[in-house]
This record gives sequence, structure tokens and C-alpha cells, in this order.
Amino acid sequence: MSDFVEGLIYLVENSDEVLYHFRGHLELVVVAELAALAFAIPASILAVRHDRIKKVVLGLGNVGQTIPTLAILALALPLLGLGFWPSILGLWAYAILPIIVNTVKGIENVDEEMVEAARGMGMTDWEILRSIQLPLALPVIFAGVRTSIVLVIGTAYLAMFIGGPGLGVMVVGGIQAYDWAQVIAGAIPGALLAIGADLSLSRIERYLGGDGGIDDTTVAA
Amino acid sequence: MITFEHVTKQYADGTVAIEDVSFTVEEGTTTVLVGPSGCGKTTTMKLVNRLEDPTEGTVYRDGTPLSEFDRIDLRRNTGYVIQEIGLFDHMTVGENIATVPRLNGWDEDEIDARIDELLELMDLPPESYREQHPPELSGGQRQRVGVARALASDPDVLLMDEPFGALDPITRESLQDEFLKIQAELDTTILFVTHSIDEALKMGDRIAIFDVGEVVQYDTPQAILDEPKNEFVEDFIGSDRPLKKLKVTQVEDVMSPPTEEVATAGGVADATAPVQSDGGSTVSPLEPTDTALSALSRLVASEDGRLPVVEDGDVVGTVSDEDIRRSNAGDKP
Amino acid sequence: MLSSVHNWLAYVDFAVEHSDRLLVATLEHIEIIAFAIAIAVPIGVGLGFLITFDDRLATAVIWLAGVMMTVPSIALFGLLIPYFGIGAPSVIVALVLYTQLPVIRNTYVGLNDVDPAALEAGEAMGMTRLQLLRRVQLPIALPVIMAGVRNAVVILIGIATIGAFIGAGGLGDLLFDGISYVRTEMIVVTTVILSLLALAVDYAFSISEQLFRLNNGEQVESSATMRLLQRVIS
Repeated sequence: MSDFVEGLIYLVENSDEVLYHFRGHLELVVVAELAALAFAIPASILAVRHDRIKKVVLGLGNVGQTIPTLAILALALPLLGLGFWPSILGLWAYAILPIIVNTVKGIENVDEEMVEAARGMGMTDWEILRSIQLPLALPVIFAGVRTSIVLVIGTAYLAMFIGGPGLGVMVVGGIQAYDWAQVIAGAIPGALLAIGADLSLSRIERYLGGDGGIDDTTVAA
Repeated sequence: MITFEHVTKQYADGTVAIEDVSFTVEEGTTTVLVGPSGCGKTTTMKLVNRLEDPTEGTVYRDGTPLSEFDRIDLRRNTGYVIQEIGLFDHMTVGENIATVPRLNGWDEDEIDARIDELLELMDLPPESYREQHPPELSGGQRQRVGVARALASDPDVLLMDEPFGALDPITRESLQDEFLKIQAELDTTILFVTHSIDEALKMGDRIAIFDVGEVVQYDTPQAILDEPKNEFVEDFIGSDRPLKKLKVTQVEDVMSPPTEEVATAGGVADATAPVQSDGGSTVSPLEPTDTALSALSRLVASEDGRLPVVEDGDVVGTVSDEDIRRSNAGDKP
Repeated sequence: MLSSVHNWLAYVDFAVEHSDRLLVATLEHIEIIAFAIAIAVPIGVGLGFLITFDDRLATAVIWLAGVMMTVPSIALFGLLIPYFGIGAPSVIVALVLYTQLPVIRNTYVGLNDVDPAALEAGEAMGMTRLQLLRRVQLPIALPVIMAGVRNAVVILIGIATIGAFIGAGGLGDLLFDGISYVRTEMIVVTTVILSLLALAVDYAFSISEQLFRLNNGEQVESSATMRLLQRVIS
């Protein structure tokens, strides 16, 4: 327990350092997640409307989830080298998977009869998507976004290995230096960030009509 | 024989399910507990296999208080059929039926024979049903398996809680009829719970009518119809009480002795021949065990005011709507 | 550059050249995971069973296991090292913790999935609590529990790579070396092995899950493999 207390003391005494790395961490998460949303949502909509694209996208999604987070970051290295943007590429690639899987599933699970009824009322495919399928799929899509955010918060710890910023710098550096206080001081904010994000996002999810439960695609990073 | 003596059951949350209930179920008879939902009839039944224990009073089986029985042994010697059936979907029909015999450690050969015997009794040919899984069966078939499973170890007591409640009317009717036949072959003491007075009148040797938490009347169907104890019972039976009475009255109870007229006009040979009704369809002659209701319906359809009652080729009596009306008013001819 | 034929050959060359090291690392990887699963599954199934007795406890335990899942692995390693030291023990403890959510939840769901009427009937027929569990609840829950273990193993294959950083060995070692020396072939080949490992485990578990379901008489969409297996078994 004393290590834990020392970690807390370290946290308070070096709050500037912790805050600096925490900000780096957040930057990674926000940029990667926004980029993932910008890509994943249109891609999913495209996938739902074209069977062949859907097969490819879901297949990639399934295989993608078997690739360890560390491996995806490692793969970014030969492509872009070291630093912030390679880290973003790796995090982005991992963040899009749960969003795409959930968006496609969410839209497809909308009751076929409602779509039929809408079509019968003379709605175009685009109108059906916008005013029936997307609103009804929203809780499921949001659950995917939530999973994705929690995943990225965890995975961002690994960005350090390819020269990225974030709390990983403290933890990895601490492990290398056998400085457990520093390790714990770096671990606590990220753990709290992940737990806090999950809890508040699950609240929003419930508000949207989802169950706010733990998604099956939840993967620790 | 099952005896309830001043039995009260109060649940942990304070609800009193039944209060000071006393009655006796005779060996080998069917007693129906009937009443509106929430009246405590199911709780009463669950006291018999100790799924519940009374808060006050005692339930006896053949004179021994149930609390002296081992819960598990007691249940293995008490059949239990419920509306939801509760078949084990992951086991085959045969394995379902074998449950209690296996728990009781029967030989596999004995169990196999018993499964076949019961499936045949339930009109489910073993060769096609034994290896099926319950989800593949229809509701009626599932309930037959449920009854077979409950009878598997030949229990002394059979508890049935709305066993036919979830079935469609036609299936329900035919299962009731079949069960009445099976029941006649068994010497099992049956406790039957239902919310339907019609089912109670049809199935029961005796009926216990429950109002909230208490038995209002405990008697034979005939007696309950003749003399409903109070307004609650009267309302529960409904405004068609005379018709219901005709259903539980047998022709032999209302018929008059054979008259000269029938004997001379038609003769025995004629009387026993199928009667040609107005519609031109042939109906078989009335038998003493037919219900008064079916006698009445044939009288309505017939031109004659009086029909012969035939047993084993002999005319044993005649019945007229006057006879039926008289009996319904409460007088015996 | 990744797509040129020349490079694909380079990957194959690398795999052949380092087949010994790859094999050792893969076996190490499997060993760590098997160890963690062997510890974690009995704990998870036990907890999943215990919480069927109390709804509030169930909510709390599953919530906690879910929170556990959101803690980043490297942070968790960091928190565990002071107590379990550098190396495999800390990693295995972390993996055991990460396994709890899918196993506990699926055990709980599986055991509760049993028709309440079937439980009442079993009780009324004179089954003891243990007989009910063994003859009715477990057979129905088993395929669901298997699905949980399957999820867990796929997750563990990924997390175990990070364990290499604190000296637990396995395929993560090759990823870290690949990063340190910027060796693309090493990273790509290791990634492919990891992914294949996860897919193989996923497939094997889904087959055994289906076998359990078939054994319960459930309708299963049978794949070619299933039909073959059935023929072999019968």
C-alpha cells in the first residue's frame, strides 16, 4: 500500500509534470477519436447501402479486432516513423472498428417493418436513413463510440513506444527506472479518465435509449 | 389422504396468502381448488410438496404432519404439473420423463420401460417422441410430456396447477377428456388448481372454492351447484348455473322408469337402434352416464317429448324435458 | 512499399529464417494465456454462480468487473508491479483480472437463462440445489460460459503482448524488438501470427460452443466443420 501512497504523493508534488502528460494524452484521444468518427460514420452508411462494401468492412472489422493494440501502433511506425502523427494513425485505425461494427449493426437491426412502412409512405432511401434508421440506431452507434473512446484512452498509453506523448511516458519511464511512485502517478489519471469516460458516456447512452451496459466489443487496451 | 388443519401462510413481505384453511382431500379422488387470481389456491397447493411451508397450522399426509417428511423424499413421491410445464429443453422427452426415476435410482431397463408405458398412455408413440427435444413439440404435446413426467415414479399424490391453462380451447378440452380417462385408471390423489369454474366442475370429485385467502365452500360439484353457500359462490358460478348443473348431472339421476308406451310402441329392438333426428343425422341412443345437458340437447332436436335410455341393449328408463326440469329445480323424480 | 511483391517475399523469408524464435515466442504466449485462463475461469465461474443468489451483489460485481476492463493494461501492470514484481506474475494477475468480466457475466447470464418454470419443476420433483445446478442449470449455461471464455481469450492474446514490456515474454517481445530496431518484417509477421492465433482460438471455441448447444438439442446453423465433427462423433 505504501507504494500507492507514495504514488499519490508523487502525483501531488509533480502535478505540473502529470498535467503536461495528461494533456498530451487527451490530445491523442480527442484527435484520434474525431478523425475516427469522421471516417467511420460515412463509411458505415456507405457499407449499409452496398452489400459488397459491407462484407469487406465487416470482415476487416472482425479481423481488425483480433490484432493487438500494440501491433497496430507498431505497424504505424514503418509507415510514418516516430512521434505524434504515427500515434494518431495507430489510435485512429483501432478507434474506427467498434464505431463501424456498431453503426452497421444498429442500422441493420432497425425493424424491417418500420422501413417498409416508411417506404410505403413514399420516403426515399436517403430520407429513410436520415429520419428512421439513424435515429433508431443512435443508442447502438453511441455504444460503439463509447467503446471506442475507452479503448483509445487505454491504447494511448502505448503511443509512448512509438514516440508519442501521453501518460505512457510516465508509466513506461517509471518502469524502466524502477520508480514505482512515478508509475502509479502515471497510471492513476489514465485509469480514472477511462472509468470516468465510460461511466459518463454510459449515462448519455441510457439517456439516448440504450442499455448503457458493457458492450461485447469492449476490449481492454 | 391430505388434510389441511387451520393452515395460515403469510409471506415474508407480510402478505397473507391463506388464512385458517381446513379441508381434507380423500384418497384417490380429485379435488379442485378454484378461485379468482390471488386467492391463495396455488399457495395452498405448494404447501403439499413443501415448496412452501405454513406459518401456522399443519398439513398432514395420511395422518403424518408434512414437517416430519424429508422435503426431497416428499417431492419425489409427489407429481407436479404446472401451466408453464417447465420441461427441461436440453433433455429429450425420454430423459425428461426419466428425471425422478433416475433420482430415485431405478434400473435403466425399468426406466426405459416406464418411459414407453407413459408415452403410450399419453398417446405419444414412443418411437417418434422419445428422442425429441421439448422445443420441437406443440403446446398440447409438451403438456402431455409434463403429465407423463409427473406420473413417472407413480406418485401417491399429483399436484396440478392450471395444467391446461395455456392451451387453446380445443386442445384443452381434449386433454381434459383424456386426463379424466387416465385418472379413472389411476388411484392417485389429485389436487388440481384452476381459475375456471367450468374446468373445476368437469374435473373435480370435490371442489374447494377460494375467496381471498379462505375456502368459502368445499363440496361436491353437484352440491355446490345446488346450494351455493353465498353470493360470492353464486357470482363465481355465473348466471348459467342451471346449464352448468345439467353438465354435472347424469341421465341416470333424472330418468323415469321405462313406460308402457316406449316398450309397446317401439319395442326394445327399435329403441336401441340409432335414433333418426330431424336433421337426418344419426345419433346413438342415450346412455345412463350421458350428461343431462346432452339429453336436453337431443330432446330439443327430437320430435318426441321423451327419449329412451339404453344400457347394454336394454331400455333402462326414459327421459323427458320435464324430468330434467324437475331435477334442476332440486327434486329427484 | 508494403504492397510490393518483393516485400511479401521478405516477410516470408523473415518468417522462415526466424521460425525457431517465432515458435518459441508463440508457445510462450500461449503458455501465459493458458495459465491465466486456468486460474481465471474457475474464479469467474464461481463468482458468476455466487451472484445468482443476490441481484444487488450481481449488479455490483459485474459493474466492478466492467470498470476493471476499462483500466488501461500498462497502467494496471504499473499498479501491480510493486506487489507482484517485474515479469510474468504481474502480467498473469492482470490477465486474470481482465478475464473476469466476460466469464462472470456469461456465467451469470447462462445460469439465469434457465426457464424459471423448469427450475420450479426440478425443485418440485425433489432435486437438491446441487442436482438442479448439475443436471439443469449447468448444461444450459455451458455454451454461454464458453462464449465468455472465448471472448476473454481473444482479449488476452492482445493484452499479453504488452506484458512483454515488463518481462513476461511471448510474441510481444518481437513487437518491441521490431519497434526498437524499426524492422518492418518483424512487426508484420508477428502481427499476422497474433491475428491468426486469435482467429484460430475464436474458431475452435465457437465450434465447441456449438457442440455443447447441439448436445442440448438446440438448433444450430451447422457449418461444414460441424457436420464433419458430428459424423466423426456419431
